[in-house]
Amino acid sequence: MIQLTAFYLFATVVIASAAMVIFARNPVHSVMWLILAFFNAAGLMLLAGAEFIAMLLVIVYVGAVAVLFLFVVMMLNIDFAELRAGFVRYLPLGALVAIILAAELIFAVGAWSAGGVDLAARAAPVVSDKSNIQQIGELLYTRYIFLFEAAGIVLLVAMIGAIVLTHRQRGGVRTQNISLQNQRRPQDATRLVDPGVGQGMEL
Amino acid sequence: MISVGHYLAVSAVLFTLGVLGIFINRKNIIVILMAIELILLAVNINLVAFSAALGDLVGQVFAMFVLTVAAGEAAIGLAILVIYFRGRGTIAVDDANRMKG
Repeated sequence: MIQLTAFYLFATVVIASAAMVIFARNPVHSVMWLILAFFNAAGLMLLAGAEFIAMLLVIVYVGAVAVLFLFVVMMLNIDFAELRAGFVRYLPLGALVAIILAAELIFAVGAWSAGGVDLAARAAPVVSDKSNIQQIGELLYTRYIFLFEAAGIVLLVAMIGAIVLTHRQRGGVRTQNISLQNQRRPQDATRLVDPGVGQGMEL
Repeated sequence: MISVGHYLAVSAVLFTLGVLGIFINRKNIIVILMAIELILLAVNINLVAFSAALGDLVGQVFAMFVLTVAAGEAAIGLAILVIYFRGRGTIAVDDANRMKG
């Protein structure tokens, strides 16, 4: 009973906050609603018994992605009123597409629950005497190790790409040229002279 | 008791809201990126729900990779947004046709 109550609470809040994400006037508020949606989706996954994914959702989405969104929204000086201009104009088309999509999804769920689809054999059955995170770890570091490393490469490429895209070389600023400094030799820089008295120095 | 159908309904509504968000906020690329995050969240809920219902862990492993791709996509998308804003002073994307040549 308490599970069902918690499920309905999380589901209601996640859907309401998702609606607020797309309808909010201020994108900063949108990000806040997005954070609420992620928290409640993590609660839903916790109810399903996927503790590791739920915690990952909180850490990655709330801790990294939402904060990234917040930084970008606040860093750019954007006139948001101008961006709302086409809102009403696009609403009928968007609603039409959304209704068609929702009907298709309901149809697909109905077809699935009618029992016509055979499910394949379990690839990695759940073992009841181990915790969720231990089972995922054993699966991830053995059978799916290549996928795991591919995910690492995806993140590396994303990181390098973001740095390369946004890094900007400032012109007209004197900076230290380390390779030039290291190439400097004593014989190029210094000179031993023996000036006579009263002759002066030629520089 | 919570069945897999409950989760499917929530994730279907979430997915639809994400698609609707892309359509109605066509100028505001930040909200479009957030709507894409909502769509990926709906997919993740689906994967986890089926993983729990079928007693198969592969769904949760795959949900982790979806999460990875979502994080990378957000980083790259926001980086592109920042350089776009630097060049044009606006993020209205309905006239983003500079690549026509």
